[in-house]
Amino acid sequence: MGAEKVNKNPKILVFSTEKISDPAIDMAGLLKLHYPPTVYTITVPCSSGIKPKWILRALEQGFDGVFIAADGTDCPYGESCVDKTGQLVGVTQEILKEKGMDPARLKMAAICSVCSEPFVKHVKSFTKYLMNSSN
Amino acid sequence: MKKKIGVYVCHCGGNISDYVDVEKVREEIEKDEGVFLAKTTMFACADSNQKDMVTDIAEKQLDGAVVASCSPKLHLLTFSAVAERAGLNKYNYIHANIREQASWAHSDDKVGATEKAIQIVKAAVAKVKRSNALEPIRVEATNAVAVVGAGVAGLRSAIELAESGSQVYLIEREFFVGGRVAQWDDLFVSNETGKELITRLYDKAMNHKNITLFTGAEIVENSGSVGNISLKVKVSPRHMKLNCDEGNLEKAIEVCPVEVPDKFNFNITTRKAIYHNFPGEYPQLPVIDMEHCTRCGECEKVCKNVDFSQQEEFLNIKVGSVLLATGYDPYEPKNDEFGYKTIDNVVTLPQFKRLVHYCDDKLVYKGKEVKNIAYIYCVGSRQVDGENKYCSRYCCTATIHAAITAKKKYKEIYNFHFNRGIRTYGKQEVLYDESSRMGDIYLQSFEDHPPVVSKVGDKTMVTIKDILTADKTLEVEADLVVLVTGMVPRQDNSIGSLLKVPKGRDNFFNEIHMKLRPVETVIDGVTIAGASQGPKNIMESMNSSLAAATKSFSLIAAGELALSPTIAKIDADNCEWCGKCDDACPFSALTKTDVNGKQVAVVNEAVCKGCGMCMPVCPSNAIELIGYTDDQIESMIDALVSTH
Repeated sequence: MGAEKVNKNPKILVFSTEKISDPAIDMAGLLKLHYPPTVYTITVPCSSGIKPKWILRALEQGFDGVFIAADGTDCPYGESCVDKTGQLVGVTQEILKEKGMDPARLKMAAICSVCSEPFVKHVKSFTKYLMNSSN
Repeated sequence: MKKKIGVYVCHCGGNISDYVDVEKVREEIEKDEGVFLAKTTMFACADSNQKDMVTDIAEKQLDGAVVASCSPKLHLLTFSAVAERAGLNKYNYIHANIREQASWAHSDDKVGATEKAIQIVKAAVAKVKRSNALEPIRVEATNAVAVVGAGVAGLRSAIELAESGSQVYLIEREFFVGGRVAQWDDLFVSNETGKELITRLYDKAMNHKNITLFTGAEIVENSGSVGNISLKVKVSPRHMKLNCDEGNLEKAIEVCPVEVPDKFNFNITTRKAIYHNFPGEYPQLPVIDMEHCTRCGECEKVCKNVDFSQQEEFLNIKVGSVLLATGYDPYEPKNDEFGYKTIDNVVTLPQFKRLVHYCDDKLVYKGKEVKNIAYIYCVGSRQVDGENKYCSRYCCTATIHAAITAKKKYKEIYNFHFNRGIRTYGKQEVLYDESSRMGDIYLQSFEDHPPVVSKVGDKTMVTIKDILTADKTLEVEADLVVLVTGMVPRQDNSIGSLLKVPKGRDNFFNEIHMKLRPVETVIDGVTIAGASQGPKNIMESMNSSLAAATKSFSLIAAGELALSPTIAKIDADNCEWCGKCDDACPFSALTKTDVNGKQVAVVNEAVCKGCGMCMPVCPSNAIELIGYTDDQIESMIDALVSTH
């Protein structure tokens, strides 16, 4: 890890959610919508319950990027999920800036339960970004 | 940390092993410290493999298990059950998805897919090492149900619940019971009227000691969760003393000078500000409509039972479950939709049914005798441009039934049915047959060429390009046009928002699964019945109300509930109450509590849903989610980036 590394295959950690974005990611597989195999998923109940320290841990341990596949307005725990996920992303990006890391290494998008194609599009373009960025 | 973990890597009959080198995955994972055995299997879900797993776990005393196979959505429960059968707590089983998220997603890259599968299984092993046996949280459940809506569905559910032994609070927003069905006369098949049906149900309900009926009542606040739901009910006064003299009441109604459109008759008649919808309606006491009452005092002069001093009351009740049977509204056509409100002899089907009820010898509308009736089907249903894409199910049958009734009741009635295909499914087909034999005319069009209602001089004409006569343009001079309006959700469905019950695309209340869990909602303890869920006829409403009653009952009948233990946990040593978690929690599951002289947050186990929204906002990282602890998540992260 570190700034000098040239990322041929950037590793991305996806935080997905049990009821909303997980089904979309599963369906991407079912539909054989290919995306880079260096994209890994950890499932949590809700995207607004992701701790900034987990994201930092991932980036510090060797992931090049973290993608939050957020519940959006479909969140089974209520629509406040949207704002709360946004807030934790904001807070974490501030920490990244303070640490001199590229805040764009953390990305978030709402992925609904049938949003397989948008998911694949997002992780592909994120992969491309990380490949081209020096961080 | 666990030391005897069993890992099973599934071929899925080639679905995985065609792209992922499962043997390599097995070899790599076998090296992991803590993995006691690692096997590959052709089909992990097959009975034979499940038996092998049970034997392995039991005989080798495994303390954790991982199956790497398809999505947990398919088989997590299968393998949790295998663990339990072998005596291993199900929370010591972790599922790894190497099909949807490895072999299939990366079928274009076998090396990449295999590498990813290895990391995924390693992460699962890392998690299971740090998992603990958990037991469900047991909470006491109140054996009482709030049934909202006292129409057929609500009454029937209430009776069923009461007979099963639950306490029932039957909460009706209107001042009279019976809902829509009380508005109908003869019903197919039995010729029993809606009123008779309601009377039977009402008598049965009122004779049951377990049922308490509130009319003019609405739930205004809701807290707690399944098993222990606290509701605040607002009860509006009738402004009538109980046990009063029937004769004087009729006089009171007579002297009331206020006349307003009668909603019970869909506004084709008027009623007074002091009213009942029909004589003998339940509860039999009239009510004063305070919205329209002018407080002139005329009724008080003739009837000593009128009581304007009655006030709104608020009641707090505690229930284990809520059953929603709030019914539907008839679709209200838009202005000028098939001439509605712009051509004077255009009415809706509900209005027509009330009209037939009130006309004895002759069918008369607005002073004119009616002979030719044109029924226009699918108004507000199966819309091409509008939002209501669904079929309202009941209207074809109801219309044909009403047409037959009118034809039998009055002389020289000619029925013309402008339809888009008749859907009198099941036994109801008998009615279609009867109407055809009685000489009713059926004309049909597709959705793109609906019939046109127009005024030609003083005549109302209905024109159609009839596909049954090879697109001939046919015209009927109608004395009355009946718009066959479908069912829409209640205009005021605020109870749904209060209880956070989700709506479907049709805007009716939504079930968890149309086929497998048809009366439950995602809100634990809230069930739905009757037309609140979508268009239903009476028979179908009865089916769903009995199902919902049974489901509500089964949740709470044992007096105890088992809830998922994967909820938030507070580290009291680290917690310095700041209230941020409380602000973040959408369920109010956290409360400030004094623990050994220190103010800390405490989780209400019955209310916490385990979303984790409280965690990122905690400034001292004092909250963890059981099953998603820092240790578990961070070890998974480490495993996913590790090199082997």
